[in-house]
Amino acid sequence: MKHHTHLMIGLFIVTGLLMIGAIVLALGVAPDPVNLATPTERFAQRIFYFHVPNWWVGFLAYLVAAVAGALYLISRQERWDAVGVSSIEVGLTFNTIGLISGSIWAKPTWNTWWTWEPRLTTAAIGWLMYVGYLILRSAIENPQRRARFAAVFSILAFLDVPVIFLAIRWWRTIHPVVIGAEGGQGVGGFALGPTIQLVFFFCLVAFTLLYVTLMLVRLRTEFLSQRVERLRQHLMFR
Amino acid sequence: MIEIRGLVKAFGSRLVLRGITLHISAGEFVTLVGPNGAGKTTLMRILATLSRPTAGQVLLGGCDLTQDPMRARHMIGLVSHRTLLYDDLSGEQNLLFYAQLYDVTRPKMRVEELLRQMGLWGRQRDPVSTYSRGMQQRLAIARALLHNPPILLLDEPDTGLDRHAAMTLGALLRQTDLGRRTVLMTTHNLEYAAAWGERAAILVNGRIVFQVNRSKIDLATLRAQYDHYASSA
Amino acid sequence: MHHLRKILAIVAKDLAAELRTREMLGAMFVFALLVIFIFNFAFELRAENQRALAPGVLWVAITFSGMLGLSRSFIREKDRGSLEGLLLAPVDRGVIFLGKMLGNALFIAVIDFIVLPVFVVLFNIPVTALPPLAVIAVLGTIGLSGVGTLFSAMAVHTRAREVLLPVLLFPLIVPVILSAVKLSAAVIDNLPFAEAQQWLSLLLAFDIVFAVLSFLFFDYVVEE
Repeated sequence: MKHHTHLMIGLFIVTGLLMIGAIVLALGVAPDPVNLATPTERFAQRIFYFHVPNWWVGFLAYLVAAVAGALYLISRQERWDAVGVSSIEVGLTFNTIGLISGSIWAKPTWNTWWTWEPRLTTAAIGWLMYVGYLILRSAIENPQRRARFAAVFSILAFLDVPVIFLAIRWWRTIHPVVIGAEGGQGVGGFALGPTIQLVFFFCLVAFTLLYVTLMLVRLRTEFLSQRVERLRQHLMFR
Repeated sequence: MIEIRGLVKAFGSRLVLRGITLHISAGEFVTLVGPNGAGKTTLMRILATLSRPTAGQVLLGGCDLTQDPMRARHMIGLVSHRTLLYDDLSGEQNLLFYAQLYDVTRPKMRVEELLRQMGLWGRQRDPVSTYSRGMQQRLAIARALLHNPPILLLDEPDTGLDRHAAMTLGALLRQTDLGRRTVLMTTHNLEYAAAWGERAAILVNGRIVFQVNRSKIDLATLRAQYDHYASSA
Repeated sequence: MHHLRKILAIVAKDLAAELRTREMLGAMFVFALLVIFIFNFAFELRAENQRALAPGVLWVAITFSGMLGLSRSFIREKDRGSLEGLLLAPVDRGVIFLGKMLGNALFIAVIDFIVLPVFVVLFNIPVTALPPLAVIAVLGTIGLSGVGTLFSAMAVHTRAREVLLPVLLFPLIVPVILSAVKLSAAVIDNLPFAEAQQWLSLLLAFDIVFAVLSFLFFDYVVEE
């Protein structure tokens, strides 16, 4: 336990330093993209260094939850349920931040807080789906049944995300496609220079590490609460 | 016929059954009494393949419950404290539906036979919601007997029955046709437990704490034992 | 073969129970009509082109009333413990799922077919649009019933019961709603088939994939 605590503290420090580095690099070091006309747009663009890694983490968290769900259904081990719920809670936090930060960026760039664009809409529906996941969990008392239902739901929801995205994308799109496209398409799109790329990938690593850290902390809480529950039952039904 | 060995069931970290071992031979009628939350219904649900044991083994006629649940289901008839019937369907419709699920040969004849036996013929076209509680319980027994199972599980079948209806039920359960089956019945009622069973067992806190044969059962002894164990829990 | 017989027995049982009381179909029908009436009336003064809004209204009516039917589906099995009765029988869980899903799809399709003519009249849509709209309605209904049946079985095992079903189901069936709306719009606007084809593929793919997934997961939902 003590050994673990040391590792955790080490991880906290590394993650903290990387996150500070990410802020400095994104706001201070990274150059302005060349093709954005107004200062407001250039300023707002810097959200990109947090917004995109933020979404990546959200996606990663939901993926981890779906895999944990499958592992639970196969192995029936309580710990996979703990991984599932922890990952979804962390993912939902990032998902929420992503929706809000995206909205703040959209206002100066697209001149609206909200638009029914594929990524936004998918994010919003995904958010609703995973809030539903938490409501589902809270409505079940039997821990095994809760774990089973949660596992089934997290797998179905995750498989549904690309389908929802595809459907909404066909509906219509104005979101900029920055990575893997020439010069940035869509309103508010921009080109990625070498420094911008470097800073971006630094932020990506920092955010991924942040996810791992939060996940471990949350997981520890979950394991502890499972232990408390076991002890409580042990005392009550001795 | 029913062989239960070291049966354990946990809901999460809560142990409901803590190692139950019970042997019931073919044709025996065993009653199981215990306070609320003792694990009676959980035990019945496991025997009926509705719930998986956490540990331990159950053999029904030599067939392992968890390994071949389909075969076990053919051997079991369950009467629960709920009717397992559809209120909006008639008695006949209910039985015909379940007969199809159990692959009963000549379902119409079998259903009529059972309805007559249970004294429900004449009301067979009426929806179950219009039946009295006693009639519903008799129909539930008919449902459980459709496929002629060698084992009958009765989970608090006397719930909600008045004294007269319960006596009718008791008489029905001791009919010769039913008597050939292996029966395990749970109940709250010590009087019925003593009068109907050939053997009575007391289940408290997930353990069988007391067993006695009919020849030695009298209601007063059973009650004394029950009070002793239930209050110490 | 005997699997099919048992599936049909479950459908017939649900149908017989419903035909005796008709309370669920009645409520679904009235609810679907209400949605169409209210939207039609509310748009009357505000919207220039009511017909442009029609596909959305149709699918709000179908999904909302479908939800009523789906949530009843397992509450009906839970009331007297008959779900346990089904699980006690020597029948594959898949058979129970398919029986319930087919029954649910049938109930919603009945509502679709009654509501469509009313919809066509109120939104002033050519009668020739009815047959293709009916086909789309059936495909959309299958999409609803697959995951819907699974979630209905889930919801009934929770404390929240029927309240939970729409919360879980709506976000997941977004692709069904979108493609059904687009397809209905293509029919109403008389667009060439090529323009709607990708939506038809999406709808069919969703119907099949999510029905199969729900079929596979049903075992985990009803076991204990």
